[in-house]
Amino acid sequence: MVTLIENLINGLSMGSIYAIIAIGYTMVYGIAKMLNFAHGDIIMVGSYAAFILISTMGLPVPAGILASVVICLCLGILIEKIAYKPLRNAGSPLAVLITAIGVSYFLQNGAMLVFGSNTKSFTSVIPAQIQTLQIGPFQVKGIAVVSILTSLVLVGILQVFINRTRPGQAMLACSQDRAAASLMGISVNNTITLTFAIGSAMAAIAGVLMCSYSPALTPTTGAMPGIKAFTAAVFGGIGSIPGAMVGGLVLGIIEQLSKYYISQQVSDAIVFGVLIVILLVKPTGLFGKVIQEKV
Amino acid sequence: MAMLQVTDLKVNYGVIPALKGISFEVGEGEVIALIGANGAGKTTTLHTLTGLIQAASGKIEFEGKDITRVPAHKIVTMGMAHVPEGRHVFPDMTVYQNLMLGAFTRRDRAEIDANLEMVYSHFPRLKEREKQVAGTLSGGEQQMLAMGRALMSNPKIILMDEPSMGLSPIYVNEIFDIIGKVSSEGVTVLLVEQNAKKALTIADRAYVLETGTISTSGRAADLLHDDAIRKAYLGE
Ligand SMILES: Nc1ncnc2c1ncn2[C@@H]1O[C@H](COP(=O)(O)OP(=O)(O)O)[C@@H](O)[C@H]1O
Ligand SMILES: [Mg+2]
Repeated sequence: MVTLIENLINGLSMGSIYAIIAIGYTMVYGIAKMLNFAHGDIIMVGSYAAFILISTMGLPVPAGILASVVICLCLGILIEKIAYKPLRNAGSPLAVLITAIGVSYFLQNGAMLVFGSNTKSFTSVIPAQIQTLQIGPFQVKGIAVVSILTSLVLVGILQVFINRTRPGQAMLACSQDRAAASLMGISVNNTITLTFAIGSAMAAIAGVLMCSYSPALTPTTGAMPGIKAFTAAVFGGIGSIPGAMVGGLVLGIIEQLSKYYISQQVSDAIVFGVLIVILLVKPTGLFGKVIQEKV
Repeated sequence: MAMLQVTDLKVNYGVIPALKGISFEVGEGEVIALIGANGAGKTTTLHTLTGLIQAASGKIEFEGKDITRVPAHKIVTMGMAHVPEGRHVFPDMTVYQNLMLGAFTRRDRAEIDANLEMVYSHFPRLKEREKQVAGTLSGGEQQMLAMGRALMSNPKIILMDEPSMGLSPIYVNEIFDIIGKVSSEGVTVLLVEQNAKKALTIADRAYVLETGTISTSGRAADLLHDDAIRKAYLGE
């Protein structure tokens, strides 16, 4: 029983990291109507930035994290402006998709060029005193608690931002009807840029948390979590923020339980297998809507 | 000079011309009807006026300013509101949130509230359904919401694209009554309609659009009694 609960907590914490990434995925999809397959690689850039700033240059942890958030935010805006925006009215969603895959490779190879392909050992941002916590009978990693709390705080801030602020309302409006949004005086271009900025900033935080969990940092560090977060977003219903949150958490738990109780090796296969089954039963995902035209 | 002056406007979709050089004007306070068959280019005209589509050539002037290349999101602050064909309400937002998005570019809370009261007085049904999600409204209610949302920007001119399309006769009458009221409050109206009879009854002047060119124009009352128009557009 104790191990089960510990496993659930671990799954939940990995899941909350997936959720943070998945929310970025789903927001960009909802507003820019594109799958940003380079999203996972932003995580990797954020992790390298934090690694260099904190471990190599000795910046204090909060300052290092903040700086890596700012770096990813700028990178997200830059990628959108250079790679995606020129294709926005090109009419082919495939062109954007292929470009996103190209950006993903560009970032991975760029990182290989700059940082080399050897594995760096990321130093956890969690202070040594709270690396492991004893909560009642349960032994929990400090990073697990921090991850869960961080994702809760981020989702809370995001909810308030979207529902209570003008840029947030603009994002909602653009996600539902771009043409109508621009008739309201909303700049669709600026709103898409903002969405990339927010998604990428969240990816940086996810990167730091993830590397504090498992410290091996390579240029392809972001690839697998990126795919898993994408899976989580589809699972929850692509475009839906609550869906991405729930999708991330469920995915993290399934992964952890199958790792522990079934097999370390096939856990990924199980995760994707469950996804396929769910999509067969409910093709729009948990919170997805069937798009209907009203006349 | 007229409030809205359109000169030799040409618009293409790819290589296919949709507007082949149309000119018309809308004077302050007028109700102008733009009628024509399906596919004549009415929607294209309104889309080009509010910057949703770029003109290939020609000129659009609003209150003396050249707005031909002004992007869509800057048009509304100049005082031009567009009620698009098919309503385009924000389906997952409430009636109230939709109306507030209509006032997106405005900052003065007191003015916005006063405007909201005005909209609710025109459309009491919207007030009753303030918290209802727009996607669940009936077609007629969505049309009212789209009009109310446009009025929330406190426009000088309102462009309406087929507001009666697909509505039951009761709603059609109600919508036209409200267009009359809005006009009497001093808002200029450019009304696109396939329901030519209704449109000509309410309008001061009208233009007839035929496959991208303006074939006829004149006082609405005269067009209403013009034999060719009656035959082609009034089904008589
Ligand atoms: N997005 C588009 N792409 C290509 N052709 C279009 C598009 N929208 C409209 N058209 C064409 O332009 C012409 C005018 O259309 P439209 O302005 O919608 O007419 P109306 O509103 O008078 O029914 C039609 O021939 C239509 O097929
Ligand atoms: Mg039309």
